[in-house]
Amino acid sequence: MLNYSIRQLGQALRHREFSASELTEALLQRIEQFNPALNAFISITPEQAREQASTADARLAANTGGPLTGIPLAHKDLFCTAGVRTTCGSRMLADFIAPYDAAIAERCQADGMVLLGKTNMDEFAMGSSNENSFFGAVRNPWDRQCVPGGSSGGSAAAVAARLVPVATGTDTGGSIRQPAAFTGVTGLKPTYGRVSRWGMVAFASSLDQGGMLARSAEDCALVLQAIAGFDARDSTSAQHAVPDYSATLDDDLHGLTIGLPKEYFSTGLDSDIEQRIQEAIDEYRKLGADFREISLPSSALAIPAYYVVAPAEASSNLARYDGVRYGYRCEHPRDLLDMYTRSRGEGFGTEVKRRIMIGTYALSAGYFDAYYLKAQQIRRLIREDFQNAFQEVDVILGPTTPTTAFALDTQTDDPVTMYLNDIYTVAVNLAGLPALSHPVGFVAQRPVGLQLIGNYFNEGRLLNSAHRYQQVTDWHQHLPPGCADSVHQ
Amino acid sequence: MQADEVRHIAHLARLAIDETAIADYARELSAILDLVAQMNRIDTTGIEPLANPLDQVQRLRPDEVTATDQRSLYQQQAPQTEQGLYLVPKVID
Repeated sequence: MLNYSIRQLGQALRHREFSASELTEALLQRIEQFNPALNAFISITPEQAREQASTADARLAANTGGPLTGIPLAHKDLFCTAGVRTTCGSRMLADFIAPYDAAIAERCQADGMVLLGKTNMDEFAMGSSNENSFFGAVRNPWDRQCVPGGSSGGSAAAVAARLVPVATGTDTGGSIRQPAAFTGVTGLKPTYGRVSRWGMVAFASSLDQGGMLARSAEDCALVLQAIAGFDARDSTSAQHAVPDYSATLDDDLHGLTIGLPKEYFSTGLDSDIEQRIQEAIDEYRKLGADFREISLPSSALAIPAYYVVAPAEASSNLARYDGVRYGYRCEHPRDLLDMYTRSRGEGFGTEVKRRIMIGTYALSAGYFDAYYLKAQQIRRLIREDFQNAFQEVDVILGPTTPTTAFALDTQTDDPVTMYLNDIYTVAVNLAGLPALSHPVGFVAQRPVGLQLIGNYFNEGRLLNSAHRYQQVTDWHQHLPPGCADSVHQ
Repeated sequence: MQADEVRHIAHLARLAIDETAIADYARELSAILDLVAQMNRIDTTGIEPLANPLDQVQRLRPDEVTATDQRSLYQQQAPQTEQGLYLVPKVID
């Protein structure tokens, strides 16, 4: 059952080939077997999983289950889960147990999905390698000396190693798509506001968006169906109808026009990656798509603008961690100021502190216009670039990352080098667009990801395009070395 | 960014930073600000800032009580409470 899609798992469950409890036990066993080497999970929740699996089995027996009933999943550890700790990869929240469920967690549970655990991540979702976790780095299943990407690195590694068919993630600047690319899985960042942010620990509120990592676009479509939609508790939730994403998966690609931004195929892109992308373009062409070169002239400004907007909003959001109401408090504070500063100084890791400092600087008296306002003006230019492009094309295609997964400890000394990993992904967040990364082959045994960017609320077209590609290729079916199942094959 | 500026920003952000780390912060934050300064390559005069990518404005709701008192539940997460109050070091002598 390792290579079963979610649809196939659902069919098998409904036809009683195996029960949700049996599926859950099999995956819990795989987690026990592989997680010590990968460190993909911060918390494993066997008791809750068994309980939820047995509830799912009852629903399946009564024929009241849906397509996701009994399907196991993991949540990135920044989605609040009542009764299970939500650490956000931070010492600050190492013992925090949320008093309520995030909207995503609620919806997955209502559909009968079974929570196996909470996945590792860069602290407060700040990072591109998953090396910024208080709970240790995650290893890439394809090469355990390499990073899995970040910040949703635990979710990516868990899906790639077949520890779970789907895991949730969040994407503020590429945190779903970049780890999906590095681990050979399919990751979708929906349109800003498509999925509720309620109960999702905030990093940069005008950029944050929840989504998922799974093996295929077909699997992503099923899960997006469950989690998309308006939520009054999220002040920026979109009031926009949710289409049937599975219904359009098989649509013909004849008539689809795909734009290739020349800025995404210029200096800095690894030539072997470019080769894999070209091969994928050929496949899409065979499927009927037409290609056109386009330009996104403000692309080069996306990283500079992002590193103002994201830290500024983070510094404001993370002001809530004051050692008073919840989270870490330092030992023996001398006075109130000492308690604030030491609780925050000891509770946050290096990269989080760095970004709080940048954000505080950008928002401090006299600097607002030069930084935050300027970045927001550039943000409008970036959005206009995309809007102009979508007058001509339906979908935009390019590489997800400039390189494949890099070795652990090789980029941690230089934050700016690390930031450039997201060169092809951050513009999408600044514009609030949906985008998907799917695997298109390997360079030196490391996966390569291709990014598809769509117009607002056009997730269906992205999933359809990727699904058609995945019908004629098998890159998404490859199993990382050493991840075969000795017990259940 | 100079050492004094690092200390000032750390104070504004209420972050205790080790004296031995100040030089590293100054170097790294300066490198990030150099990256950010690339924004100045273009003139943005007259361009309206974009705060929400969908240009949405804040949704309003009727001013009705919807939440119930859950103080004791929430205070289970607090580092220190007493009789329903959050405790902090003494502020006024």
